[in-house]
Amino acid sequence: MIHIVDYGLGNIQAFVTMYKRLGVATVRARCEDDLRDANKLILPGVGAFDHAMALLDASGMRQALEQLVKRDRVPVLGICVGMQILADSSEEGVGAGLGWVKGQVRSFAGNPASAALPMPHMGWNDVLPAAGCRLFKTLEDEARFYFLHSYYLECADVTSAVARADYGFRFACAVQNDNVFGVQFHPEKSHHWGAALLKNFAEL
Amino acid sequence: MLRPRIIPCLLVHQGGLVKTVEFKDPKYVGDPINAVRIFNEKEADELIVLDIDATVKGAEPDYRMIANLAAECRMPLCYGGGVRTPEQAKKIIGLGVEKIAMSTAAVEDATLVSRTADAVGRQSVVVVLDVRRKAGLFASGYEVFTGNGKKAQSGDPFKLAERMQAAGAGEIIINSIERDGQMKGYDLALATRMRRESRIPLTLLGGAGSHHDLEALLGACGVVGASAGSLFVFKGPYRAVLINYPTPEQKDAICRAGLASYSLS
Repeated sequence: MIHIVDYGLGNIQAFVTMYKRLGVATVRARCEDDLRDANKLILPGVGAFDHAMALLDASGMRQALEQLVKRDRVPVLGICVGMQILADSSEEGVGAGLGWVKGQVRSFAGNPASAALPMPHMGWNDVLPAAGCRLFKTLEDEARFYFLHSYYLECADVTSAVARADYGFRFACAVQNDNVFGVQFHPEKSHHWGAALLKNFAEL
Repeated sequence: MLRPRIIPCLLVHQGGLVKTVEFKDPKYVGDPINAVRIFNEKEADELIVLDIDATVKGAEPDYRMIANLAAECRMPLCYGGGVRTPEQAKKIIGLGVEKIAMSTAAVEDATLVSRTADAVGRQSVVVVLDVRRKAGLFASGYEVFTGNGKKAQSGDPFKLAERMQAAGAGEIIINSIERDGQMKGYDLALATRMRRESRIPLTLLGGAGSHHDLEALLGACGVVGASAGSLFVFKGPYRAVLINYPTPEQKDAICRAGLASYSLS
């Protein structure tokens, strides 16, 4: 059973549909009560960093999520901006993130290596997983995912980066800190590669 | 490496899927949901669905249809047709659509692009420019049309694209009106110049009739979106309706060959 945190951002239905095909039950969590008994969490997100944090705070689920993730060590998978808000802060906004993965979200436009490339980084890119990350089981040799973003997470601890992609330079497109996982791309829209990753998360 | 995107573009008219020629003579080619299912199986890179009735009729987007398409679609989906306000765009994003395409309304009022980008993020805002090469013996250059190719707009398409980009568009789709349905290849001169002058992702639509045409576009422009209607819904010289898409091997070959000739140019 996977709880998808519905705080008003991201394509919840796409996760529900994908997991239904994989034979995994999902719950759409809209309030603190819905999170009771959660043993696996997906934190979706699109749009701007501060907006995402504000909506998460307004949802009334923040405290319950902190307890589940930090105290009960429930695995959580942040997607796109849902991954970015795992970090401490972002160049895109002024507010703090969740701080579950140490690092800062930075803009591609501000990085000389990527500044000349079309923005946002949009489309299918090759993903290079680090050895041994269970999220990328069966995807070690070939993984391709759909990206749509202008900011990336720069990890304070390089070992948090569990996969990289190239857009002018190699950036961390998947992160892990203990039970906290995040992917910058959209597995829910990435065909069989995405299905494999979401299945791996369900089986952790 | 970021890959070029090969994107079927589906037109919806009176609830069915159609294909036009030069924006006219819509021919019924099937059911939209069925087409989405086939493109799921073929693992298409993205899908563009344009409701060609909504703007002309001044109607609201058909939210029920969009919700059904989005629920079925397992690849990124771009919807266009009848979107005139950021609130409508927000509602459609909420139905599970990744990108909103706007054309007439955006050209008439560039602030709609900025306001929509504020509401849903610029990565989800796509501006479609319907462009026609100027006709006539001594004419040169291009002009932009709105209202499904009916109303000519004054001004240069390249400057307009720049204005849309500055206003907050996250992607531009250039649709060649006179190439629509012709299946004789993209307007590569138009594509090359648009690529050179834009700093956001670019997708070209109109004219592709073969995998070779896709390759030629990538050869001219590098990593862009190569979109097509007829190519992915017709088969053979008699244009028999058959939904099709390159296999993964064919797609790799198209991208490899196209990008190899691009890096030589």
